[in-house]
Amino acid sequence: MTVPSLTFSRLRRELFATPVDSVITLALLGFLLAVGTAFLRWVLFQAQWAVIQANTTLFAVGRYPIEQQWRLWLLTGLLAAASGLCWGLLRGRGTWPRNDQLAAGILIALAVIGSWALKLELPIQLRWWGITALLLMVRWAAGRWSQALPAPLLRLVPLVWPVLYLVGMVLISGGLGLMRVPPGEWGGLLLTLLEASFAILLCFPLGILLALGRRSELPLLRWGSVVYIEFIRGAPLITLLFLGQNILGFLLPGGLAPDRVWRAAWVLTFFAAAYVAEAVRSGLVALPPGQLEAARSLGLPMHQALIHVVLPQALRVALPATVGQFITLLQDTTLLSLIGLLDLLGTARTVMANPEFLGKNAEVYLVLAVLFWCCCAALGLGSRALETRLNPLATSKA
Amino acid sequence: MVRLRKLALCAPLLVALALVGCASDGGGIQSQKLNGVKSRGKLLCGVDGKLPGFSFVSPDGSYSGLDVDVCRAVAAATLGDPSKVEFRDLNSSERFAALASGEIDLLSRNTTYTLSRDASGGNGLSFAPTVFYDGQGVMAPKAAGINSLKDLAGKPICVESGTTTELNLADRMREIKATYTPLKFQTGDQTYAAYLQGRCVAVTSDRSQLAAKRTSFPDPAGHVLLPEVLSKEPLTPVTVNADPGWADAVRWTIYGLMQAEELGITQANIDAKVAEAKANPNQADLRRFLGVEGDFGKQLGLPADFVVQAVKAVGNYGELFERNVGQGSKLKLERGLNRQWSDGGLIYSPPFR
Repeated sequence: MTVPSLTFSRLRRELFATPVDSVITLALLGFLLAVGTAFLRWVLFQAQWAVIQANTTLFAVGRYPIEQQWRLWLLTGLLAAASGLCWGLLRGRGTWPRNDQLAAGILIALAVIGSWALKLELPIQLRWWGITALLLMVRWAAGRWSQALPAPLLRLVPLVWPVLYLVGMVLISGGLGLMRVPPGEWGGLLLTLLEASFAILLCFPLGILLALGRRSELPLLRWGSVVYIEFIRGAPLITLLFLGQNILGFLLPGGLAPDRVWRAAWVLTFFAAAYVAEAVRSGLVALPPGQLEAARSLGLPMHQALIHVVLPQALRVALPATVGQFITLLQDTTLLSLIGLLDLLGTARTVMANPEFLGKNAEVYLVLAVLFWCCCAALGLGSRALETRLNPLATSKA
Repeated sequence: MVRLRKLALCAPLLVALALVGCASDGGGIQSQKLNGVKSRGKLLCGVDGKLPGFSFVSPDGSYSGLDVDVCRAVAAATLGDPSKVEFRDLNSSERFAALASGEIDLLSRNTTYTLSRDASGGNGLSFAPTVFYDGQGVMAPKAAGINSLKDLAGKPICVESGTTTELNLADRMREIKATYTPLKFQTGDQTYAAYLQGRCVAVTSDRSQLAAKRTSFPDPAGHVLLPEVLSKEPLTPVTVNADPGWADAVRWTIYGLMQAEELGITQANIDAKVAEAKANPNQADLRRFLGVEGDFGKQLGLPADFVVQAVKAVGNYGELFERNVGQGSKLKLERGLNRQWSDGGLIYSPPFR
């Protein structure tokens, strides 16, 4: 299927075909223009952005101690380098397709215009420029010399991410010679991303196990999975979060209960696992039973048949629904502000309670919406790229 | 075998007896909570975290506000350092559970002192002295010419639904036999937005909140608070009932701030006052209050100079009020009921004797 290109004549044909069409088109255009200019006027002239500019650190990392923030900068730098590395290796051959040029342009614009608009201090602006430059340089170098690297080394590259996650955890929380920063002092975007990534990473394997359990022939396993999934899906997340915060304190003597931040992270994980399980099950159901039977008749033991034949196909089917669940999970982290954690929304609410910035709700919520949109859009883009890559037809073509 | 089981049944009893024994032979203060705070070296304090003037996080990441300063004063009195506080943001539904389960030592979160919260048969809490006397009020635009609750008869009033505010308004309007149209909204933001759009001629909430919201209006001077106070909302720090020793320590720290204002002792002149007390043996009252002589601190299980530490940390009650919600802040609340008793207010510290 080819998408017809967007041309002037086609626009004219479709939008101004009859006088009635023309009137509707013009009315809608006028409406959009009015709303758009009103919004722009507010953003540029009426809104008072001091509330954001003064609190950038709070929105980014919450109450993380200032003298320890170099650790977060180091982590951001490492993440940028790893992203550049993978980006370059995926493209290979040192080319810069148009999409890549666009992405690089957006990154540079963000680093320069973004940090100027937020009125960041000069050293912090410089750090953002440096990190962006690092990302692009690593991208360039990886693309340039990807052919020269030995294949076994290239196979190890995906391991960068789990290793980096563990390194990041140590950098954030301390230990191994670094000063400990208790979870109570994490906040803002840092806490939101941490909780979401923790829950996403853990709920996925848990969800697969639950989905397999639900289709198991062992009654105990099957009923256990069904009861768990249905119980979790029958309860609103906020009630489970409250249960996690309040009941654990009573059940476990003081000091033994995990920190509030981790309690919330586990509740998010267990909650999302039930939904991921159902998404994965939809993939399993979509698979013809012949696949498993064929694998078994070839002499593969059950677990190998699942790992090598059934799951790869089922997970590909379940991918869009699963990523949808991840995006929901990222947005659900805003509920943490209701149980008193200073996630992005919690930070925003405490900032709006500062008498200096009373009544600046619109500015704060708009920035929050943009931030969440960026995070969710990144997840969505990643999932679509993964879908194309996993599509057997597309790979055979390449 | 049977005997063994009996012994096992008795064991908890024996342990309990032993604990009681320990508790009684110390002689001084044996407060589990107070000892816990001291050995931890940190006070765990529950706050709202999102209430203008009472608790919020400043751009530099530090907590500020009236409720927050109460926590700091108690930390200074018990541990000698106002920075040794860990704050927990709590919402209204989990605050008492957090206190009961021991997750926090002190709840300083604009909590209204009521019978059912105090009684052992209710929440079983122990209330410290009230640090802010609030009350439900009504705000109207100056231009509307409304001077009292009676003038609101037959008019629409904006109110947040599902709150005691809504019920109090209904009760008071029934008492004065005035009909009115309540316009109910789910959130505070919606309520004030409707009020500003002119969908109602008045809005009701706690007076401190009305005043706080007013500062964010386009024309703050164009709105007035009616003189009527529709309800009593004494906002009070809370500890658990089971530990009178800890409750006393918190109570007298707060009274210390109030007494300091009465005596004219401020953050700025506290060192001079201590020097004065040390130099002059005739000022027995001042010497006892500042811990130069006597054993008030010891009786409470606190350092002798606990009042000095608290005042040094946050100032006296008046300074604390003005800085956070009074003329020194954007909220510009009047002292009102929160004046010293000698000025006709309700702030009254029992004697330090």
